[in-house]
Amino acid sequence: MNLTILLILLIGLVVSAVVCAMLSDLLKAAIALAITSAILSVIMFILGAPLAAVFELSVCAGMITVVFISACSMNRNRTKEEHAQRQKERNKRFIMLPAILFALTAILVMILRPYINDIAPALNTTGGGNVQMALWGDRQVDLLGQIVIILTGVYGVIVFFKEKEADSK
Amino acid sequence: MPLVFIGIPLLAVILLNLGPRHWISKQAAFYTALVVAVLQMAFAVYVGLAVRGGSVSNIRFIEKLSIDLFSAVALFTIGLIALVSLLVSKDSLNNSKFSFFNLILLIITGMNGVVMVTDVFSLYVFVEAVSAASFVLIAINKQSGELEGAFKYYMLSAIATILMLSGIGLLFLCAGGTSFEAVSACVLAQSGQLSVGLIAAFILFTAGLLVKSGVVPFHTWVPDAYSAAPAPVSVLLSGIVTKISGVYVLIRVFRDVFLNNPAVGNVLFALGLLSVIIGALAAIGQDDLKRMLAYSSISQIGYIMLGVATGSPLGFIGAVFHFFNHATFKSLLFVDAAAIETQTGTRSMAHMGGLAKWMPVTGVSSIVAFLSTAGIPPLSGFWSKLLIVIAVWQVSAQLAIVALAASIFTLTYFLIMQKKVFFGNPTEETAQVQESGKEIVIAEVLLTAINVITGLLFPFLLIYLHSIGML
Amino acid sequence: MSLLLALFLISIVLLFAIGIYSLLVTTNLIRILVSIEILTKGVTLLMIAAGYATGKMIEAEAYVITIIVIEVVLLAIATGIVLGVYRDNGEIYTRGIKNLKG
Repeated sequence: MNLTILLILLIGLVVSAVVCAMLSDLLKAAIALAITSAILSVIMFILGAPLAAVFELSVCAGMITVVFISACSMNRNRTKEEHAQRQKERNKRFIMLPAILFALTAILVMILRPYINDIAPALNTTGGGNVQMALWGDRQVDLLGQIVIILTGVYGVIVFFKEKEADSK
Repeated sequence: MPLVFIGIPLLAVILLNLGPRHWISKQAAFYTALVVAVLQMAFAVYVGLAVRGGSVSNIRFIEKLSIDLFSAVALFTIGLIALVSLLVSKDSLNNSKFSFFNLILLIITGMNGVVMVTDVFSLYVFVEAVSAASFVLIAINKQSGELEGAFKYYMLSAIATILMLSGIGLLFLCAGGTSFEAVSACVLAQSGQLSVGLIAAFILFTAGLLVKSGVVPFHTWVPDAYSAAPAPVSVLLSGIVTKISGVYVLIRVFRDVFLNNPAVGNVLFALGLLSVIIGALAAIGQDDLKRMLAYSSISQIGYIMLGVATGSPLGFIGAVFHFFNHATFKSLLFVDAAAIETQTGTRSMAHMGGLAKWMPVTGVSSIVAFLSTAGIPPLSGFWSKLLIVIAVWQVSAQLAIVALAASIFTLTYFLIMQKKVFFGNPTEETAQVQESGKEIVIAEVLLTAINVITGLLFPFLLIYLHSIGML
Repeated sequence: MSLLLALFLISIVLLFAIGIYSLLVTTNLIRILVSIEILTKGVTLLMIAAGYATGKMIEAEAYVITIIVIEVVLLAIATGIVLGVYRDNGEIYTRGIKNLKG
């Protein structure tokens, strides 16, 4: 497990998140979010969490992007010049962000430096599959909670996505 | 046995949804939900008597769900307030009744889960379940104000979730696991001075909880969300949901994970005091009835935190019973507010007046409720406040005096409300009202009776607790 | 703590900063959802990092999967709310919606 690869991935993660926040076109921002999820998924895979990586990729990079892009239709349509104009305005608002990020990094590096005593402990990659099943035996209560949440989500969709009767008449 | 509390509401939801929609009438769904709520109360009493003291064994299910005295009281309260909310929903909520019944069953399941788990991460899961259901419930009528209130609540709740999860992540990092035993073992191992990681974890987790529970200084979303929601949802939210997903979790974590650590207790003390004072002061200036009640809730939750922060058994018992009492009297007030709103069509107190003549039941029940809130004997609110004030006195006399003074503020704003709304001269809106439908009247009478009876029986309860060694 | 863990913690804090900054600055309701998603990525990374550092990757995986499932459902509900607001107001910018204060 190579430290430099992970470093590059982490930097890529942060950069794509910044890009996602700063883009004014919602479509491109959704794609940037998907790229962020993909990088996170790769990081998880390298660290030895293959199942979580697959979930992250399929759900976050896939489904959420679809949701956001479909929600894009709620934005007003803009012409090219308006677009550039909005991007410039947005950049103005975000001018503080890189400065804040650099400052935070510097502060954290100074705080954490004395504590670092090891480069990277070896990763014990035990077999992923069967241990997962054993774990769901351990975490049954969470499964119950997830069932409740999923049912709530179903009702949320029913409540919100149904046309009001008065509207559809 | 604990699985029953999760299984039965869930089963009810599944049953209600098995067939095509027209198989199940609204009446059937209503009575199903009602039966579940009543069953919950009955089981809670049964379990509470079986637990008998809390220091004796908890009832466990595969070591993952446990019920102790506090849980049993909370379970009973959940059933009671759900019952009241169902009764109130008879008159309002015209199009979405079926969804409402399903959602209320789901939120009951979620809250039961919060009350019974023994693992910090599972707490997050069930608190999220409760929040998810409340978003949908607030916006269930899809009115403009409701949707915005729901979105604002979602935004702040999502931030709170992130804070809580970061706290849990740090706890996982420091302790290697997330169950209560694992983390409290980690706390014990560092007896005395907690490590930076644990302190950071606690701060993050608590900050998230405080946002969800509407404690100062994160209380800004509470008045908007409470007043925008439809009537039965307000009753449910203020009566039990924000208390469970806020104060209950805080108390549980404080006692079982941090084991009454005094440094942490001082923080809770300060926050509780702030809530008591600010809530009371802010309530005095309000014109909107529901917003006034919302600020009053903030104040009462502060009292509960004070009781717990003392760390003494007296304070704990006082806090648990104030938890129950607040559920009853505040819900009663919200039911009255709902009745007034339905009948007069307004929430602005400047436009109300002279309602006592036409809505006698509502008037009497609101008098009982406000006396209980202000802590007047022999009603239930008096006893729980007394216990809390005594517990605070044992720690610091000045703070106890402050708490008492805030009680006087409480009396003030309620006197103002009573005068404006029920006595005084009628206005145009109030000229033609009549008493509310019979379900709401039943709910009001029920809660009033509980307030009075609990108050009268409290001394016996104290003797009983003393005999089993809890006091 | 190891260097890798320190790197992880730094990137997590940065992600949080990006998310919070974006949340405070935006006026578009869907942007708010995107910012919350970025924050969620940060927390997911925290769980993975904690799992790696304590050697308990299996539990961490379970936590991450649960978090992802819950977040998706909540996002769907939030999108539903935004849809409702859009139908009411015809737009999704907070400038146009008076009640959304603070």
